[in-house]
Amino acid sequence: MSVIQQTRRYMHRNIGARISALLALPLFWLVVIYIGSLAALFITSIWKIDTFTSKVVREFTLQNFIDVFSDRAYFNVTIRTLFVAICVTLICAIIAIPMAFFMARIAKPKSRPVLIALVITPLWASYLVKIYAWRTMFYPEKGFINWLIEPLGGSSPGFGMVAVIIGLTYLWLPYMVLPIYAGMEKLPDSVIDASADLGAKSGRTFFDVILPITWPSIIAGSIFTFSLSMGDYITVQILGGTFQMLGNVVYQNFSLNLPFASAVALIPVLIMMVYLTSVRKTGALDNL
Amino acid sequence: MAIIEIRNLAKSFGAVKAVDGVDLDIQAGEFLTLLGPSGSGKTTVLRMIAGFETPDAGSINLNGVDITYLPPYERDVNTVFQDYALFPHMDVISNIEYGLKVKKIGKSERREKAIEALRQVQLAGYENRKPSQLSGGQRQRVALARALVNRPSVLLLDEPLGALDLKLRQQMQIELKELQREVGITFIFVTHDQEEALTMSDRIAVFDKGRIQQLDKPAKIYEMPSNEFVAGFVGISNLISGNVAEKLLGKPGTFIVRPEKIELGAAKKNERNADGVIKEVEYLGPSTRFLVELDAGVTLMVLRQNTSESSIDVEAMRNSRTSLSWDIGSEYQVK
Repeated sequence: MSVIQQTRRYMHRNIGARISALLALPLFWLVVIYIGSLAALFITSIWKIDTFTSKVVREFTLQNFIDVFSDRAYFNVTIRTLFVAICVTLICAIIAIPMAFFMARIAKPKSRPVLIALVITPLWASYLVKIYAWRTMFYPEKGFINWLIEPLGGSSPGFGMVAVIIGLTYLWLPYMVLPIYAGMEKLPDSVIDASADLGAKSGRTFFDVILPITWPSIIAGSIFTFSLSMGDYITVQILGGTFQMLGNVVYQNFSLNLPFASAVALIPVLIMMVYLTSVRKTGALDNL
Repeated sequence: MAIIEIRNLAKSFGAVKAVDGVDLDIQAGEFLTLLGPSGSGKTTVLRMIAGFETPDAGSINLNGVDITYLPPYERDVNTVFQDYALFPHMDVISNIEYGLKVKKIGKSERREKAIEALRQVQLAGYENRKPSQLSGGQRQRVALARALVNRPSVLLLDEPLGALDLKLRQQMQIELKELQREVGITFIFVTHDQEEALTMSDRIAVFDKGRIQQLDKPAKIYEMPSNEFVAGFVGISNLISGNVAEKLLGKPGTFIVRPEKIELGAAKKNERNADGVIKEVEYLGPSTRFLVELDAGVTLMVLRQNTSESSIDVEAMRNSRTSLSWDIGSEYQVK
């Protein structure tokens, strides 16, 4: 009997061995690369720094956290980051819900794959190309947006928070549309008919029936848009002008004071954990 | 007085004429069934009464008012859907209360009515269950209560028993009929099951190819079908036509004889007699079905009640010669 045959028979008898073979690679990825890097982040944040050489000293301290939480400036950055992430998520949802509703329920079934492809085409282009394109549009005085608004008596908002919110909304919209589309598609026609049949007008049907049933899908989309916005710093650098978010603070500190940068980087991680825990009850996590 | 008057109703989907000129008067308080095979247009007519589809032509009047182009929420009708269409995020009592809530009926009054409706469909105590925690039959009852609690002029039922198993379906047929008598609301019931239509309806409209083929009481539909389609779709019919009709019955035309009206074996005092060979025997429990190939050139089905113990040996009759007989009165000429 060959070795291969013997191994096969052993695997056949032993379900534990089969599961180990199946999960070896994903588990390696999850534990070593993913959880490992999070742990490294956490451990680094409780180390000291030599202020002259900027070298990490492996001694325990909570000073980094005390710095982060006692300095008003970092608190403000956190609030700003949260505000931007919430705005991006809300705008994405407001655009994506009617869009997904049209794609899943009104458009002909034949044209649906085309519409989905159109929604994800922006993802085929490089992130940087898209953001630089927005940068040229946002230029004060000579940009496209200024040209568009000027006749109406306004002017381009220029680089800053508004530009960041619009840029991030543009980038993450597909991640909101796709889960909501999946949720809307599963909604039976008869449930919407039933609501109208029982006397509800369209708006009432939307808020009483469509929105609550697709809520888990909307939350699923919001997890993407919220977390991606919380962690972004490149868009902020390119479109934000002097505007800064948590990612920028991490980026500026990580060569000078790695433990402090780690402590700052843990803030979005914490916020995401709180967010995920609070939406767990909606069943959104089953939808991802 | 007719509660619903449908005139010359038509609806096409692309090149398919789903409903092709339907006229129908529905009386207040009656149990009317729209019966037909799938694609015959019966569900489309129901959906146009509910307001989910807009007709291409024709009109629908409800209580003397033209409702042809009104949206569903402005019509005094309610629907029980084939897939129940309960709101999955609401519990049973909220589902039932929804229509009343939309009509801005006070909280205590609508709760009272909803509980009464739940009792009517024999689900008292299930107020706080979610639809996902109910069986198919229970969901069906909730859907019924949710529609009935609004006391509509007309209740529309779109194959509501289609998804239930046979025993439950038969039980629900009886309950539905009782409930209809109790509340006195007009029921329009869509089904493709001819037996269901015969047992429950005051009148049946038989649909085929987007048109009503016959509108009548169940017994009339069964005994006096107006054409070959109705004869074939409702119950089992033996068709005798052409040369065979001339040879056997001595007159031209197309005639039907129901299988249970033909006697098997020695000719008695019946007026019609024919000889043939028993080709197939199917034992059905209370009765036995025979397929007899007559020498005249037609195969007739005969249904015989198993009233004596000799029925145990029916299989032995296969391939034996026999004679059939029936009364002239059992023949019915169709167009």
